[in-house]
Amino acid sequence: MTTQTVNQHDAHAHDEHEHHDAGAMKVFGFWVYLMSDLVIFGSLFATYAVLMNGTAGGPSGADIFELPLILVSTFLLLFSSFTYGMAVLAMHADRVAQVKGWLGITFLLGAGFIGLEIYEFHHLIAEGFGPDRSAFLSSFFTLVGTHGLHVTFGLIWMLVMIVQLYTKGLNDKTRPRIMCLSLFWHFLDIVWICVFTFVYLMGVL
Amino acid sequence: MSDAHASHDGGNHGSVKSYVIGLILSLVLTIIPFWMVMSGGFSNMAIVVTISIMAILQVLVQLIMFMHLDFKTEEGWNAGSFIFTALILVILVGGSLWIMQNLHANMMLGG
Repeated sequence: MTTQTVNQHDAHAHDEHEHHDAGAMKVFGFWVYLMSDLVIFGSLFATYAVLMNGTAGGPSGADIFELPLILVSTFLLLFSSFTYGMAVLAMHADRVAQVKGWLGITFLLGAGFIGLEIYEFHHLIAEGFGPDRSAFLSSFFTLVGTHGLHVTFGLIWMLVMIVQLYTKGLNDKTRPRIMCLSLFWHFLDIVWICVFTFVYLMGVL
Repeated sequence: MSDAHASHDGGNHGSVKSYVIGLILSLVLTIIPFWMVMSGGFSNMAIVVTISIMAILQVLVQLIMFMHLDFKTEEGWNAGSFIFTALILVILVGGSLWIMQNLHANMMLGG
């Protein structure tokens, strides 16, 4: 009887360890995906750098970029990165309600970022400066739009995680997902640092 | 056992303090470049060099303070794959710009 209990305990501990390893492995696998995504963004940055002078008689960056708007976008994304960090800390402290709250705030900040980007794109296209105007604008819309699309998918993922926290709570399945989304979200913030520095700030010089 | 467990658990998760420090550093490294460009009182060369350095610093701040990248997590595989990717990026972006600039100079393309 005693042996059996011990064995069961061992088996259980082993099981938990496997779950844990599986979770860590998922997060690492996601990290490798992010690295490949980084190469995609790298090639889009290279494309933009090559084509940025090809304005075909249309506007250049200095004519169309509105820095105050970009500064607000940057703050929104930066603060959302911080609030996601708070959600991860709450998750490690097993406070489900706080995790939901921080994820909700992060979602709103991210949605604000996307709202501003849609406003900017709409404004440009309405003025006739859409991606079909010049090589510069094609590469600009591709680079910034790809980032925006990533953020949009991050927002959808965040909504799914909030729903899963209500239906499943924090467990071996949901925890690695929240960690993967955390990496994804901080990663998008890092890409945005390069976008606002090399596209917007250097674009207006 | 608990030690082994902890080292498998994605390493350190940071604290409120490390996130706040990361946020403040990021804000400073964001505001200075925007201020330099928007105030217009600096030479283009000074701006390009300064904001490039600040972007690299902010990326490092986020990698270390927010993503907790270090050489201990997963026995360094995270950091190792990142450094490999950075190498690919240098070849990809640097190489593309180099080739296209040469082409531009030699063919007198565009304007």
